[in-house]
Amino acid sequence: MPRPSKRRSNDIIEVLFQFLTRFSGSFILILLLIMLASLTWEAWPAIKKFGLRFLISTEWDPVLGNFGALTTILGTLISTALAMLIAVPLAIGVAIFLTELAPQPLRPILGTAIELLAAIPSIIYGMWGLFTLAPVLSEYIQPWMTEHLGFIPLFDGPPMGVGMFTAGLVLSIMILPFMASVIRDCFLMTPQVLKESAYGLGATTWEVIKDVVLPYGKRGVIGGLFLGLGRALGETMAVTFVIGNAHELSWSLFDPANTIASTLANEFTEASDPIYLAALIELALVLFLITFVILGLAEWWLYSANAGGRKS
Amino acid sequence: MKKRSPTLRKAKNLLALLSAGLSAAIGIFFLIWILWEITDKGISSINWEFFTELPTPPGEPGGGLGNAILGSVIITLIATLLGVPIGVLAGTYLAEFGHGKFGGLIRFITNTFVSAPSIVVGVFVYAIMVVPMKNFSGLAGGVSLGIIMLPVVTRTTEEILRLVPVGLREAALALGAPYWKMIVSIVYRAARTGMITGIILAVARVSGETAPLLFTALNSPYWPSGLTEPMANLTVTIFNYAMSPYEDWQAKAWGGAFLITIAILALNIFSRFLAQRGTKG
Repeated sequence: MPRPSKRRSNDIIEVLFQFLTRFSGSFILILLLIMLASLTWEAWPAIKKFGLRFLISTEWDPVLGNFGALTTILGTLISTALAMLIAVPLAIGVAIFLTELAPQPLRPILGTAIELLAAIPSIIYGMWGLFTLAPVLSEYIQPWMTEHLGFIPLFDGPPMGVGMFTAGLVLSIMILPFMASVIRDCFLMTPQVLKESAYGLGATTWEVIKDVVLPYGKRGVIGGLFLGLGRALGETMAVTFVIGNAHELSWSLFDPANTIASTLANEFTEASDPIYLAALIELALVLFLITFVILGLAEWWLYSANAGGRKS
Repeated sequence: MKKRSPTLRKAKNLLALLSAGLSAAIGIFFLIWILWEITDKGISSINWEFFTELPTPPGEPGGGLGNAILGSVIITLIATLLGVPIGVLAGTYLAEFGHGKFGGLIRFITNTFVSAPSIVVGVFVYAIMVVPMKNFSGLAGGVSLGIIMLPVVTRTTEEILRLVPVGLREAALALGAPYWKMIVSIVYRAARTGMITGIILAVARVSGETAPLLFTALNSPYWPSGLTEPMANLTVTIFNYAMSPYEDWQAKAWGGAFLITIAILALNIFSRFLAQRGTKG
């Protein structure tokens, strides 16, 4: 039996410990609220001056002090859509290869390699995009595409190497390892018995994947795709290097463009005018809200995947 | 049941598997290409001076990124000191106490925050620290990386603590240990390797971040002289030098890129090694 004084000090520590953990747990909620409040506060001059017009105007004129976010919002959405269009099928293909096709002893090694590649910082992808990929694109790929696909306005433009197309490509390569490893984890959760039963009924490998593995891990796969989407939306460095930074809307994917994140990276430290700075901070707020809604939906989707359906 | 021709099914199977193999080949091709470029262009810049000297103006040979390397280490250290304790405690809350609705809300926000755009965190820290202090500072850089680290540490801590068997906790409580003592000396000890692994991964994750440092730590051509001054750091230096028109600066940027890639890969591999040893013994 502990002595009474020791017991009291234990009680105090107990209360203190519980308070500390509870406070730290609540800290992230407090942080989120402060973040929203301070970004709104700093962006207020722009919110008051431009109102909802900010979201639909394509004007971006630091000299006259007129700002609209549409060009950058569309740039963010288009570059992300492009990246997803390229990366999603590839990621699913890589995951299938890693779980069903690769020689058995190679599987864990390749799986680890993919996870390691997902850890490489985005600035590396951006640099590689600018110095290695862009020259190749402008020299060979883009002229070829203009010649053969130029009747589509999307592929008709100056082969400069930097622009929306390159940004989408670099983004897709960046999110590929991350998405592939999440999808691979989902595929690995399919019980072996289910797969063996399907094989036993005479199904081909593709039929097993299509009718057993994919439906079984569907929610997890979609959740993983959403996480990749969230990354692409908010990505700064991989995009800033290669998008060309132009506040113009263009039909051609080869033209330079802009995203919210690349605009912030390029212009934030140069913004001397208060209304310019406020407009940039409002851009940050818009980006935060877009990603938070999308990631929140993904999180909710994953949560219901764990709560209902299969039992682990 | 509809009858399908075996030839057609086999053809479909072959086509699907070929495209899976092809996409893996494409993915692996690009990733090897990137690693090759980084190594090829970066390794020649790495020498002793690269770690110990200040950068030189463009055109002048020699010099290094010593200040940026030191600055990055300091900023990451500040981030770790802020992010790890709060993150571990928050993870403890979620694993041990947060079973209700409020815990669910915190868990939801944490998971969402993990992938929140890091540049927005930079803007936020600019608003709450750089504006009132009227100065870019290494401290602000550390705080922004700490904010990015926090949800990562929280999430891994919760996952690891949940792996500790309930029986261990019940045994400790049955012996009359107070709750805090049970957590600190039983649960933390049982989960130690996993927690350290998680923290190393979180450090690796933030040390490659560039965007949140652009308008907090800024950059500097000098050695770090104080936490309230703009501080040189590797990632922003890589960005500035790579975007510069000078070839010798670009070569330094490749050197920095190589160094940071190696460092992050090494941290990741080390943490895996730790985790593996932990499960064996």
